Amino acid sequence: MSILTTASQGMAPRRKRRTSIVPTGVLVLGIVYALLPIIWVLIASTKTTTQLDSYAAFRPGNSLWANFQTLNAYQGGVFWTWMLNTALYAGGGAILSAVVSALAGYGFSKYRFRAKGFLFTMILVGMLVPAVVLAIPQYLLVAKIGLADTYWAVLIPSIISPYGIYLARLYAGASVPDEILEAARMDGSSEWRTFLRIGIPMMSPGLVTIFLFQFVAIWNNFLLPWLMLSSENKYPLTVGLFTLLDAGTSQPALYSLVLIGAVLSILPLILLFFLLQRFWRVDLGAGSVK
Amino acid sequence: MTTATSVHEPAASLTGARRVRPRRGRGFRPAPRRTPYTFVAPAVLLFVAVFLVPLGYTVYLSTQKTQVSGLGLGAGARKQVAAGFSNYGTVFGDGEFWQSVLRAVIYGCILIPIMLGLATLFALVLDAQRVRFQRFGRLAIFLPYAVPTLIGSMIWGMMYLPAFSPINSTLHALFGIQGINFFGQRIVFLSVANIGVWGGTGFNMMVLYTSLRSLPQEAYEAARLDGANERQIALRIKLPMIRPAVIMTAIFSTIATLQVFNEPYAIHQISYGGVSTTWTPLMTVYRDTYTANNIYLGAAESIVIAVMMFVLSAAVLRITNRQIFGGEAK
Repeated sequence: MSILTTASQGMAPRRKRRTSIVPTGVLVLGIVYALLPIIWVLIASTKTTTQLDSYAAFRPGNSLWANFQTLNAYQGGVFWTWMLNTALYAGGGAILSAVVSALAGYGFSKYRFRAKGFLFTMILVGMLVPAVVLAIPQYLLVAKIGLADTYWAVLIPSIISPYGIYLARLYAGASVPDEILEAARMDGSSEWRTFLRIGIPMMSPGLVTIFLFQFVAIWNNFLLPWLMLSSENKYPLTVGLFTLLDAGTSQPALYSLVLIGAVLSILPLILLFFLLQRFWRVDLGAGSVK
Repeated sequence: MTTATSVHEPAASLTGARRVRPRRGRGFRPAPRRTPYTFVAPAVLLFVAVFLVPLGYTVYLSTQKTQVSGLGLGAGARKQVAAGFSNYGTVFGDGEFWQSVLRAVIYGCILIPIMLGLATLFALVLDAQRVRFQRFGRLAIFLPYAVPTLIGSMIWGMMYLPAFSPINSTLHALFGIQGINFFGQRIVFLSVANIGVWGGTGFNMMVLYTSLRSLPQEAYEAARLDGANERQIALRIKLPMIRPAVIMTAIFSTIATLQVFNEPYAIHQISYGGVSTTWTPLMTVYRDTYTANNIYLGAAESIVIAVMMFVLSAAVLRITNRQIFGGEAK
C-alpha cells in the first residue's frame, strides 16, 4: 500500500525524478523558435548595412551606437515622436477604455434595468463584427466630420472594447459583493460615491488586466492609424516603421534603421510584460479575481 | 437570519448575470431609475458611434455608385447615385476578389492546425511533470505576443530576404540546402503562415494552459494510481477536459484568418511580388477603396466578407461541437 500513500501525496512536494527528455526537448524547440527572430533582430541591429550582407547571420556587428544615432537624427528625430504618439494612443486609450469598461461593467452587473439584456447582447455581438468591415467606413465618417488626421481619429475608436466591458462585468460580479453595496446604500452613500469608493477599489486588479490588454491592442494596431493619419508626426511606431521599411525597398541603407527601430519599439512592451506578469490573465472565463 | 437568503451561490455571482433583488421594507433605498443608464451610457454611445453607425454606413455605401456625367470633369460631374445591388454583382463576378478569398482559406488551413496544435502541445508540456525550463518556456513562447504583428512581420520579412536571410545561411551551413526563395509562388503561403504561427501560438498556449491549471488535480492522481503515464494523462484526461477552450481558440482563429491583413501587408513591398496587393480579401478591399478609389465596391466587399465570416464561424462552431462532444453521453 505504500504506492497508494505516496501517490496520494502527489500534490505535495514533487519528488525529484529524472527529467522527461521528450517533453523538455519539445519545450526547448518552442523556446528557440519563439526567441530566434528577437535574437536575430537584436544582433542585426548592431550591424551596418554592408555587415548585414557580409557577416554570418548571428555574428554581431559593431555599429549599434552609429545605427542608434542615425535613427535619432532621421528626419529630426521623428522616431521619438512616433514613440511618444504610440505611448499617448496606447496609454490614453487604455486608461479611457478601462474607465468606460468599469462603468459599464459595474452598471450591467449591479443594477437591473429595462434595456440591460438588449444593450449587453448588442455590445457582445460587437465583438464578432470584424475590424475589416469597420475600419474603412470609420475613416470615411471621421473624414466627413473633419477629424481625419487628428489624434482623436485614432483615440476615440480605441476607447470602446466590447471584450473589456464583458470582462469588467465578470469582475464586478465576482469581486464586488452586493451586500456591501446595500450596506453603503443604507448608510446613505450616493450611487456614484459607492462606485468610486467601493466598486473601483474592489475591481481594480481586473481593471489593470483590462488596461493591459487594451494597451497592447492599441500599441499593436496598424490598420486604424494607417487609415486615419496622413501626417508623419502623428504616426504611431507601427505606421512609422512601416513607411521606413517601404522606403527601404528603394534605399537599402534604411534597413539598418528599420532594424534598430524595431528593437527599440518592442523593448517597452517586453518590459511591461515582465514587470506586470501577474496581471496577465488569459483565462477568458476569468471571473474570480482574488 | 434573513440575510442568509441574500447570499448568492458563487456560481451565480460569477456569471455576473444575477443582480441582487431589492428587498423592500427593510430600510432599503433603491437606486434612482436613471442611475444604471448613466453608468452604461458612455459605453453604449461609443458603441453606437464606433460600431453601429459605421456598420450601417457601410451597408448604405454598398448600394451606391459614382455616376460620371459628361467628361467627368468639374465639380458636379461626379455624383453618388443609388446602385441597388450592382456592386454585389461586381463582387460576385470578380475573380481577383475570390482568388484572395481562396488564398485566405489556404492560409487558414495551414495556419490554424499548426498554430493550435503547437499551442496545445506546449500547454500540455508546461502542465506536465518532470519537464525542465517550464517557467522560462512559458514566458519565452508568450513573448511574441508582445511584439506588434506588423513589426514581427517586418522582422520575419527581412529574415526572408535572400540578401541576409539567417534561415538560408543556417540551412546552408547545416544541410547544404541553398537559396530558398521564401516568396515563391507556393512557399509564400508557408512563409506568411509561419509569421502567424509565431505571433499567435503564445497567446493561445496561455489560454489553454490557464484552463489546464484550473482543472481538478484529483483526476490525474486517480489515473496515476491506476498506472497511467504522463503522456496518457495528457492525451486521455487533460486534452478532453480542455476541449471547450480549444474550440473557442479555433473559432477566434478562424475569424481572425479571413481578415488577415497585417502580416502579408507588412511584407508585400519587399516580397518582389510574391505577396500581391490583393493577396488577402482585406488587402483587396484596401486596394479597391484607396488605390482604385472605389469606396462603394470596397463597402460591398466588406459586407460580403463579414457575412462569410459569420457563416464560417457558425459552421466551425457546429462542426467542432459535433466532433468533440459527439461521443459524449449528453
